[in-house]
Amino acid sequence: MKRLVLAAALALSGPAIAQPTGDLGLVVERASGSLLVVDQSERARLGRIEGLGDLSHASLVYSPDQRFAYVFGRDGGLTKVDILEQTVVNRVIQAGNSIGGAISDDGRLVAVSNYEPGGVRIFDADTLEMVADIPTESKTVGLVDIPGRRFVFTLWDAGETWIVDMSGDEADITKITGMGENPYDALVTGNGRTYITGLFGADHLTALDLWQDDPQPQPILDGYAKGREGLPVYKMPHLEGWALADGEFVLPAVGQREVLWVDARDLTETGRTATHGQPIFAIARPDGRQVWVNFAHPDNDTVQVIDTISKEVVHELHPGPGVLHMEFTPRGHEVWLSVRDAGKVIVYDTRTFEKLGEIDAESPSGIFFTARAHRTGL
Amino acid sequence: MNKAALILSLLFAGAASADEKPIDAPALERFVVQDCGSCHGLTLKGGLGPDIRPQSLEHYDRETLASVVLDGVPGTAMPPWRPLLSEAEADWIATYLLTGDAE
Repeated sequence: MKRLVLAAALALSGPAIAQPTGDLGLVVERASGSLLVVDQSERARLGRIEGLGDLSHASLVYSPDQRFAYVFGRDGGLTKVDILEQTVVNRVIQAGNSIGGAISDDGRLVAVSNYEPGGVRIFDADTLEMVADIPTESKTVGLVDIPGRRFVFTLWDAGETWIVDMSGDEADITKITGMGENPYDALVTGNGRTYITGLFGADHLTALDLWQDDPQPQPILDGYAKGREGLPVYKMPHLEGWALADGEFVLPAVGQREVLWVDARDLTETGRTATHGQPIFAIARPDGRQVWVNFAHPDNDTVQVIDTISKEVVHELHPGPGVLHMEFTPRGHEVWLSVRDAGKVIVYDTRTFEKLGEIDAESPSGIFFTARAHRTGL
Repeated sequence: MNKAALILSLLFAGAASADEKPIDAPALERFVVQDCGSCHGLTLKGGLGPDIRPQSLEHYDRETLASVVLDGVPGTAMPPWRPLLSEAEADWIATYLLTGDAE
């Protein structure tokens, strides 16, 4: 009898609970401290979640069930939102100044990377209670999750990469020194094997093979800007887990108007592509056939598309002033671009480059589709 | 700033003295928030770059701060903005940063 009642109750409450989220996403509205809930197929906004504080340079990750997002704000706020109810579930101010985060492979832990005080703090994903505090006395960048309930991050001031293993009762930390001067960001491949840091203070990047017991820093693209004058860097590039295009990494050069291609197996250079401006994001379409690139100020009104086979720019778009971010639909048929100063998110077909729609947003920056829940290292 | 505006501003900077170029206060304010903000934070309280709110800049005079904006700080991530800004604009930005106000 009890069981019947329960079944009936579940059936009655079914539709609201069962609303799927796999087709949804969130857009950060950086100046107003809010998020837009968007629907990928409808190319429409469904609602707005407010009260998230300073969201400049904010990013977020998703729970494994794609219902909740953990939002990392510049003001040190860690906010858990429910994208179905469109509400803030919980919010803690965990530091003075933060820069991104990650969620563990089992979805139980959320790690936040902090500038002030420098270090990483790890929280219970359900309650947002702190379970580990890892001070570094350095600004931390390039925080990613890797398999085995582990996180990896890098120290801007100290040039070290730390691996934190949370599979046991306490944080077990491995420190790797000699990563290079002023690492500004990092990426990890979807299999959790190759971690690459970009360097502001040196003319190369540094890779780690995380499948080794004792990973050693390996300089790659050594001297890529040698003999050329470095341009002023008005915005640090981003390195993304989406950099892998058909067996090659495509990476933004610092202080140069080009992207660099690297063989993903032996990490040797395979080519360079001259670009319109200094690249910020170089993101492969999920199938790897194209790479889309946006640029730093004052060239941030333009996006270029590079063909992976020829390594040539095959298309140029001018979506509007302040293109800050690009997000592909999970299978890559469409791309969404946030155009900050136009107050719009614009959707394009990635084959025809036809504009398919646009969504009004207040100073939009990061766009995050829920499919990210099932990818390592984003 | 789009490319055409940049080229125009470079032309002006070359052809006339810097203070002949009109100051566009709303555009410069947006420039500080968005472009300085990409390293110093949207609220200017710091990020990869340091806190640049008025109380943190007290030890700077206006001329020195304007020259930091124009020429950057060698050996750090602070770039020279001279290719994009006139001296009058850098001066306006220095005043804005020191007082938290454009007037």
